[in-house]
Amino acid sequence: MLVRELELDLDAFEGPFDLLLTLVLKEELDLAEVDVAAIVLGFVERLAERDRLDLDACGEFLVLVAALLELKARGLFPEEDAELSELEPEEAAEELARRLAEYRRMKEAAGWLAERLHEERDRFFRLGPAPFAPRPEHRLAPQDSDVLAGALRALAVEPPSVSLNHMALRFPPVAQFLERFRAVLRRRARFDFDAEVDGLSRVEQAVAFLALLELRRANHVSISQAAPFAPIRVTRTEETAATNERTPAWNVRSA
Amino acid sequence: MERPLRLVVANPLDRLARTIEALLVVAAAPLSVDEIAAATEEEPERVETALGLVGDRYAEGRSGIVLEHVAGGWAFRASREATEACARLFERPVQRGLSQAALETLAIVAYFGPCTRPEIARIRGVAADSAVAGLVERGLIVESGRDDGVGGAVRYRTTPLFERVFGLDSLSALPRLDDLGDGIDDIRDRLVAVADQRTA
Repeated sequence: MLVRELELDLDAFEGPFDLLLTLVLKEELDLAEVDVAAIVLGFVERLAERDRLDLDACGEFLVLVAALLELKARGLFPEEDAELSELEPEEAAEELARRLAEYRRMKEAAGWLAERLHEERDRFFRLGPAPFAPRPEHRLAPQDSDVLAGALRALAVEPPSVSLNHMALRFPPVAQFLERFRAVLRRRARFDFDAEVDGLSRVEQAVAFLALLELRRANHVSISQAAPFAPIRVTRTEETAATNERTPAWNVRSA
Repeated sequence: MERPLRLVVANPLDRLARTIEALLVVAAAPLSVDEIAAATEEEPERVETALGLVGDRYAEGRSGIVLEHVAGGWAFRASREATEACARLFERPVQRGLSQAALETLAIVAYFGPCTRPEIARIRGVAADSAVAGLVERGLIVESGRDDGVGGAVRYRTTPLFERVFGLDSLSALPRLDDLGDGIDDIRDRLVAVADQRTA
């Protein structure tokens, strides 16, 4: 009798034993789903069909099933490896007994439920979703219609219109800063952006920065900064110096 | 001894009893006294008295419909003498074919619920996923919150349908945990004996 050819018919698996082992080792079958007791039962039944006890088969089977059980135990309680290995044999026995007792109780409870189900087999009743009507939470007391009308009137008054003036963004046009920076650059080859916009409002500073970017895009200036948040240095490019007289103002090309 | 049926129209308690009959015929699940009291706008005490009348009227051997107290409420069921006819006509998908794994899982949820799948697997030594899914599908258990912490496992508890199917008044009608587990002491003694040998 070949253990590896033992045909199994389990919930999780159907086929020969060696295929089960292969699938488990390849992690294509979750060992936690496999009922090892059913495998043992299958083997014992097979064994009982024969006249002579096949010791070789028994030994092989024992080794395989023991390995399978160890794998399964590790899989089921991965976090307990360390915790349990530190136990003294007496403590381990106590812990195992506690768990076995717990399972024994639940197995017996399941037996009780099965019996109960059998006893109740002749009880027929109607089943279905409970179609309860939604129950109104509160019933309103009788109301005076004049009071209700008064309350509604108070709600119906048109609210005062809200001023949106503060929402409008007021800031100078970009062109104004372009002019201003060009004027500065005509006088000086470089200037400090932060010093130039010092004292302006936040919005004005932002517009000034846009103007600066415009100048950079037109390649009229180069911009440098030593470190993040350091002062921004603006330097006139040579080309600008040369063409300054010919194109004095911001034009379409740089827009 | 057959008692005469009381169907006196004028008696207000009889009227209440008839209204309760009507509610129970329409209901698909057991109705609690409070639910009946709310529907009939009566005091719970009077409802209980009227339920006594209904119970007299709908008793085994007297009626094809029987009043029973189950799953914390009152419900009608078929009389047991009609079982065979019922079984020929009706299927019972909830009860049919509950496997050993399903019954063990059900027992664990009934005693320790709300509990999670890992907790069930820990007791049974086998992953509980398919058994739990099957019981949820049958309506015998439902999700009932999650374990504490981020991504906590779903907890399960038994439903009123579980109590009804197993003919239990409530979960406290289950046998006491202490009364279960014959031979546990024997197992413990044997394990301790093995441990003693190993240390010796």
